[in-house]
Amino acid sequence: MAINVSLSVNGQAVSRDVQPNRLLVDFLREELGLTGTHVGCDTSQCGACTIHLDGLPVKSCTMLVVQADGARITTIEGLAPDGDGGDLHPMQEAFRQNHGLQCGFCTPGMVMAGIGIAQRHGLPSNDVIRAELDGNFCRCTGYHNIVKSIAAGAKAMAMTGAKTVAETGGE
Amino acid sequence: MADRESGIGARVLRKEDKRFLVGRGRYMDDINRPRQVYAVFVRSQVAHGTLKGLDSGAALETDGVIAVLTGEDVAADGLGSLPCGWTIHSKDGAEMKTPAHPALAIGKVRYVGEPVAVVIGETLEAARDGAELVELDIDELPPVTDVVAALEQGAPGIHDDVPGNECYHWGLGDEEAVDKAIDAAHHVTRLELRNNRLAPNAMETRAAIGEYDPVDGMYTLHVNSQNPHLHRLVLAAFVELAPEHKLRVISPDVGGGFGSKIFIYSEETVCAWAARRVGRPVKWTATRSEAFLADAHGRDHASTAELALDKEGNFLALRVRTKANMGAYLSTFAAAVPTWLYGTLLAGQYKTPAVHVEVRAVFTNTSPVDAYRGAGRPEAAFLLERIVEKAAREIGMDPAELRRRNLIPKDAFPYQTPVALVYDTGDYEASLDKALDMADYAGFAARRAESEARGMKRGIGLSCYIEACGLAPSQLAGELGAGIGLFESAEIRVNATGGVKVFTGTQSTGQGHETTFAQLVADRLGLDMDEVEIVHGDTDRVQYGLGTYGSRSLSVGGSAIHMATEKIVEKARKIAAHMMETTADDVDFTQGLFTAKGTNKSMHFKEVAFSAYVPHNYPLDELEPGLHESAYYDPENFTYPAGTHICEVEVDPETGVVDILAFTAVDDFGRIINPTIVEGQVHGGVAQGIGQAMLEHCIYDDESGQLVTGSYMDYAMPRADDLPDFTLAFTETPCTHNPLGAKGCGEAGAIGSTPALINAITSAIGHENIAMPATPLAVWRAMRGAE
Repeated sequence: MAINVSLSVNGQAVSRDVQPNRLLVDFLREELGLTGTHVGCDTSQCGACTIHLDGLPVKSCTMLVVQADGARITTIEGLAPDGDGGDLHPMQEAFRQNHGLQCGFCTPGMVMAGIGIAQRHGLPSNDVIRAELDGNFCRCTGYHNIVKSIAAGAKAMAMTGAKTVAETGGE
Repeated sequence: MADRESGIGARVLRKEDKRFLVGRGRYMDDINRPRQVYAVFVRSQVAHGTLKGLDSGAALETDGVIAVLTGEDVAADGLGSLPCGWTIHSKDGAEMKTPAHPALAIGKVRYVGEPVAVVIGETLEAARDGAELVELDIDELPPVTDVVAALEQGAPGIHDDVPGNECYHWGLGDEEAVDKAIDAAHHVTRLELRNNRLAPNAMETRAAIGEYDPVDGMYTLHVNSQNPHLHRLVLAAFVELAPEHKLRVISPDVGGGFGSKIFIYSEETVCAWAARRVGRPVKWTATRSEAFLADAHGRDHASTAELALDKEGNFLALRVRTKANMGAYLSTFAAAVPTWLYGTLLAGQYKTPAVHVEVRAVFTNTSPVDAYRGAGRPEAAFLLERIVEKAAREIGMDPAELRRRNLIPKDAFPYQTPVALVYDTGDYEASLDKALDMADYAGFAARRAESEARGMKRGIGLSCYIEACGLAPSQLAGELGAGIGLFESAEIRVNATGGVKVFTGTQSTGQGHETTFAQLVADRLGLDMDEVEIVHGDTDRVQYGLGTYGSRSLSVGGSAIHMATEKIVEKARKIAAHMMETTADDVDFTQGLFTAKGTNKSMHFKEVAFSAYVPHNYPLDELEPGLHESAYYDPENFTYPAGTHICEVEVDPETGVVDILAFTAVDDFGRIINPTIVEGQVHGGVAQGIGQAMLEHCIYDDESGQLVTGSYMDYAMPRADDLPDFTLAFTETPCTHNPLGAKGCGEAGAIGSTPALINAITSAIGHENIAMPATPLAVWRAMRGAE
C-alpha cells in the first residue's frame, strides 16, 4: 500500500507515492538519484547518511520517508547548488582547504553534521566538535583535519553570516 | 606554470575533493546498470559443520526471486578455487597447505558468514526475502576459533587435507646463533603477547556488479578494488571465469580500503559468474554486518619473544615464536603477511646481530585473515617495541637511551639485517631526537609529578618503528613465493593542445593520487595542475598495473610516472631541436620551455605537443608522430620508512580510563611530494593504530564460533573524541634507489602508534601485562594485578 508524501528536497517540491517501509535514505538515493548521501552501516552509528531535516542534522537511514512528509530536506547536493563549478558552502570549502577528507565516503555526512555543530555552537572549541561528532565515523583522517575543517567552517559561516538551512528552508 | 605553489613539495589542494564535497563521488552503490538484478548471499550461521543439503524451494517461490545458485552450480560451470597468490615453504621445505576455497561452500562450512548460496532477485527486497527462506541442512561440528587452541592436540580439524590445522611452519634467521647468544646473555627479557584481531572497516562496504554480454562473450565487473588488474588476472587465470581479454574490471571511486579491497572474494566472483547464468547484470552491496563477517580481518597473532642484552644494554639476539591465524581459508595474500612482511621486520631500527623467528600459520573457524593497514609490519613493530621497552625497564635504563644505544648508525647504510632485508638508507637517531624534543621528553618527570599530585598516573611511551614498503623487486618476490610481479606501469598521453592524461596502474582508495601524481607531471612539464588528469581504475583504459597496497603507489607507481614523463620530455626535446634547427643536446627544458642554448629561440611544451600531432615541420625520418609514452618500473629493493612515535597518557586509577594527552610522530618518508596529503595519511594511520591499542577487537565466541563483535554496536570504532590532535614532523633521507627518493607513507601511522600507546599505558600503571585493546576495564584490572 503506497502512501503519498510531499516534501521539499533541496528547495524543490517533491511528491511521490512510497511504500510505508521505505527508508528516507533509500528514497533520496534511489528515487531522487541524490547519491551523495551514503550508507555506511546498518545500525545507525556511522552518520554517512546525515542530511538536514527542517534545518537539523538527522540520520536518513533511521527515518521512513513517510515520517518526512511535509518536511524541508537539504542533502549535500543542496548546499551549494552551483557546486558543480561555482562556490561551495563555507563548510564544504573549509573541508577542501583543510584536507578534511580522504576517500570522501563519510564526507557528506561530516559536512552536514559540521554545519549543524556550527549552527548550534557558533564558534565551537575542538573538544566540543569532537564530542559532537559522536555519531559520525571516519576511517581515513583520524578526525584531526575534520575537527580543523569544522572549526574553520564554523568561523567562515559566522564571518560571512551564512544563513542557516532552517532560515533559508534549504534554498 | 608550475612553481612552488604546485610543484613537488607544495601543499596543493586536492583535485578530487570537489566532487566528493558536492556529493558527486561515484562509489559502487551509486552505480546501477540497465536491467540489473540483486544478489543476496545466504551465509553460514554456524562456524563449522557438514553441509548436507540446501532447500531453495520456498525461496524460488518468492515473488521476484529469479534464481538460487549454489556451490554445485559454480563447480558445474568449471570455476576454480579462489587462489592464494603467495606460496610459503615450511622450515622442512614442504610447501604450505592450500585447501580448496570454493566461491560458494561445498560439503562443509568453516566460518560464520561463509557464503553458501546466492539468491538473485528482481529487487533487493525480493532477494532478501528469498534468502531468508533458503534452508541449509548442516550437521554442526565443534569449532575452533583461537589460534593457540587450533594447534592443540584434539582440536577440531577444519580441512581434511590439513592435519593439525597447520598451514605452514616457517622460519627465518640463524637459530643456532640466537640460541647461543640467549643462553650466554647477561640479561634476557621475555614477553608473551597477543596482537588483537581487527576488522578493516573502510566506510564504503565492498560491492560488485557483474555483467555479461553474450554477443561478444565479454564480462564487465564493477568492483571497489585496490587492484582492478589483479582482480582481472586472478579471475581469468586461476578462477577461469573468462579469458583475460574478455573481462573488464572497473573500480570507481573507492571509499577506503586499508587492505580489505585488495583481495579477490567470493562475492564479486559470484556476481560476475551469475550475470551470465541469469542473463542480466547482478549487483551486490555488502551490509555492514556482512562486512564484519566476511571481509578479511587483520592481525591475530599469539607470540613469545626473548631479547638478550649484555651488561651495557647492547642487544645480542632476538628469538620470536608466533602463531598466526589464517582463518578458515587462505585469502589472496594471507600467506605472505606473517612471514615476509613480518619476520623480515624484526630487526627493526636496531643492529641486533642475530634474530630468529618461527611462524606457524593456523587454520581456524573464522573469517580469513589477510593484509590490513601495515600487514605484518605492525605486528613486528608491536612485538619489538614492546620487548625493547620492557627490557629498558628491567635493566633500569631510560627507554630512549636503550634504543639510541642500539640504533643502526646513519653511516652504516646500506645495512644488511640478520633477517634478509637490506635497508638502503636512514637516520634513525635524527627522528628519535626530533621526537624527544617535540614531545618534551626531558620534561616528563615534572609532568608526571604534577599528575601524581592530582592522584592520576601519567606515562610516556616510545616506539622506533621501521617498515618495508613497495614490495619488490619482482624477481626476488618470485623467489620468495609471490605469484605476481610487483612493478608498476604508467602511460602518458599528451594531447595536441598540450593537456595530459596520465594512466596509472595503481588505484586510489582515498590517498589523493589524482593530486600527487598530477603534481609530479605538472611540475616536470610546466603545466597547470588542471591540465593534467590522472586515470586509474579501469582495465580497459589503463594498460596494466598492480594497484595500491604496501604504501607502494608513489614509490613504485609514481616512479613509473616519472619515467614515462622523462620519455615525453626526451621525445619533445628532439622535436623542439628540429623545429629550432639545433640538436637535442643543445636544447634545455625548464618550466615548460624548451630553449636552444646560445640563441634566443624557445618553444613552449604545448607548441611542441601540437607539432607532434600536426607534423608539418617535423623530423618524420627520425621520429614517429605523436607524444605518448609508457613506462614500467620494477624497483630494486623495498623502501624503508622509519620514525619515532611518542605517546603521553594519563590514567585514572579509579576507572582505568586512559586519556591520550599528546601524540607525536616524526617520520622519515624520504622525499615528500605533498606534505598535506602525507600528514593526512599519518593521521589516519595513527588513528587506526590507537584504535587497535585501545578500542578495536574482533571477538569470536570460543564455544559457538559466533562473531560477537559483528556491528558498530559491539565493535568499538575510534570516534573523534577518542583521539587527540596529533603533532607531526618529518625527517628526510631520500630513498636511494627510486627516481623520486620517496619511501611511502600510507601505513606508518598504524605501525608506529600502537606500541607507543601501550608503552605509555604500561609506563603509567607500572604493569607490563596488559592485553589489547587496553579498555578501561583491562587497564583497571591490570592495575590491580587481577586477570
